Amino acid sequence: MNNRRLLALSALIGLAVASCGKNEPPPAPKAAPAPLELIVKIGHAAPLTGGIAHLGKDNENGTRLAIEEANARGVTIDGKKVKFEMLAEDDEEKPDRGPIIAQKFIDAKVAGVIGHLNSGVSIPASTVYAQAGIPMVTGTSTNPKLTEQGLKSVFRVVGRDDQQGPAIATYLASEYKPKLAAVIDDATAYGEGLGNEVEKTLTAAGIKVLPREKGSKDTRDWKAILTKIKGKMPDAVFYGGMDATAGPLLKQARELGIKVVFAFGDGACTNTMKDLAGDAAEGFVCSQAGIPVEAANPKFLSDFKARFKSDPIQYAPFTYDSTNLLIAAMQKANSAEPAKYLPELVKTNHKGATGVIEFDDKGDRKNAEITIFIMKGGKIAPLAIIKNGASTKFEDFIKSAAPTPATTENK
Amino acid sequence: MDIFLQQIINGLTLGSVYAIVALGYTMVYGIIQLINFAHGEIVMVGAMVAFTVIGWLAANTPLPPLLIVLIGTAAAIPACTAIGYALELFAYRPLRKAPRLAPLITAIGASIVLQQVAMMIWSRNPLAFPQIIPNMVFPVAGATITLIQIAIIMTSVVLMIALTAIVYRTKLGVAMRATSQNAPIAGLMGVNVNHVIAATFMIGAALAAVAGVMVGTYYGIAHYTMGSLLGLKAFCAAVLGGIGNLAGAMLGGMLLGVVEALAAGYMGDLTNNVFGSNYQDVFAFMVLIAVLVFRPSGLLGERIGERA
Repeated sequence: MNNRRLLALSALIGLAVASCGKNEPPPAPKAAPAPLELIVKIGHAAPLTGGIAHLGKDNENGTRLAIEEANARGVTIDGKKVKFEMLAEDDEEKPDRGPIIAQKFIDAKVAGVIGHLNSGVSIPASTVYAQAGIPMVTGTSTNPKLTEQGLKSVFRVVGRDDQQGPAIATYLASEYKPKLAAVIDDATAYGEGLGNEVEKTLTAAGIKVLPREKGSKDTRDWKAILTKIKGKMPDAVFYGGMDATAGPLLKQARELGIKVVFAFGDGACTNTMKDLAGDAAEGFVCSQAGIPVEAANPKFLSDFKARFKSDPIQYAPFTYDSTNLLIAAMQKANSAEPAKYLPELVKTNHKGATGVIEFDDKGDRKNAEITIFIMKGGKIAPLAIIKNGASTKFEDFIKSAAPTPATTENK
Repeated sequence: MDIFLQQIINGLTLGSVYAIVALGYTMVYGIIQLINFAHGEIVMVGAMVAFTVIGWLAANTPLPPLLIVLIGTAAAIPACTAIGYALELFAYRPLRKAPRLAPLITAIGASIVLQQVAMMIWSRNPLAFPQIIPNMVFPVAGATITLIQIAIIMTSVVLMIALTAIVYRTKLGVAMRATSQNAPIAGLMGVNVNHVIAATFMIGAALAAVAGVMVGTYYGIAHYTMGSLLGLKAFCAAVLGGIGNLAGAMLGGMLLGVVEALAAGYMGDLTNNVFGSNYQDVFAFMVLIAVLVFRPSGLLGERIGERA
């Protein structure tokens, strides 16, 4: 008799725990008293292998830090202590891997997804998440198309390429006054999209743009393309692509004796460029779809360094914020069920490591900043921050943004 | 004209690297009719080992740069030959009598293993290959050629001559040719077939090591995925020239390099930008297909009956 009751009790607990994993409201525990542990899975997808695996790992570490902090802090939802788990997947920066990983996450019953890194992967994956009603927040995909699909559960905490492209192109046009410019891209959704935006802005500014040249995300030898461009004698060159390809491109351009200014988007706006291109890196300009890493919250920076023994490369503060605002929305809705906390996510007003995050009706970050950098003395240095079309010098921006501790509550 | 010359120089440099890697494919194919798809990864390992050694020497010793690069290459060669030998021993030798598809699969498997192990050792980051040789640029009739480009072209020519000498002038070469013609009979004639095959793998791997250092110093970047695309292109070069044929691999490599450079340089202008530089690889493969349609065994390949 006693044994039987015990059995029934443990079965009930087992049932309750199992259904928590599925994020369904557990049956009210009759015999066992609360607190039960609620496991909430958050998916993170980025390339962890391939040419930009270092950037993927950077993103993942941002999310990992946020989740570890939330677990250490102790978050309660619906009266239950929550244990957040990160499911990290490698999307290999392949568009066809996006939907596969999305399905994997859905089958694993994740509550939300941080990612993907590449626009080209995020876009196909986003429709799969949307069908399952699972919110996805990207801290890196900048192609406008992602949030133009009318999907209600897709969010982005960085700027868009139709903000970034015009920003870097306007800077190029006003500072260097080229008459003829060349635009090269890596034939990815990101590189090509950004190249198009830059070309549009340059053309609008009365600058002639040469026919587009294209490599691939694995191109190491740019000499043939650069030699062709050299023959047309442009005054400025823009490349839409990642640092792993941009570094060799810049190095080979200087070897061929192309002396004009080079500009890049956020994919190549990293200090890795200096290692890859050596002295040839000096003097290029580039943009990032957000505030520079060093302008992120100092507490975040020191926590990150303490945890991973290295500084964040670029977008880790943004995936960190993405994760925190997901958690904050769950807390506010008092539920980890996507359908229940999604309305809170839409209304997000989160003060994170990258400033205040609010979403517009498309899911894009309101008033996203774009930063223009220059490579100087072996390091990229922020020159200006562009917000709402207005440009602020970086020194002034730092002064105006008083250091505030990262608050994780969504108040 | 100077642009054209520049494109030829670009193409020849790229082609030299393709040729050296293609030789590795073609030697192995010639002797055991196996396409060693892990060959590209051996190039990568060569670049990585050289990266580590050169980086350490440059930081800790006052040796002259050229000597450092030579020591780096000298360190990469035994590392790669060891891997080439291990591959043959563990991935291919047990399957030598198996259907041909089986060793092809182990080759692909070995290539994945090598990539992942390299990722664990050398991290996911693109590594900046130490730029210690001053990259002097020489003007040639309006075009430019760098010291590294000259070194790459010269080195590959020397290596090709050396390899030809090994195959046609030494006892090992005789044994290799005998094994390639008929391995069981060569064995009956006193040739140690296993040794010869292992030696072939090791020579190919040594060439790959040199190619790895070349690619590393030329592009200034080493990355654990760098071998795949290079391997694929070099494989195409080997097929283009006639796989199994040494001179064919050299010719195929050079040709593929030059065709790629010219395609990237002139396709756009010739077709009014309907086909831009993004069709560079498409064009290279079209040349490959065109050659194979008219000469199915490659430019210099001989038509041989299917072996029983």
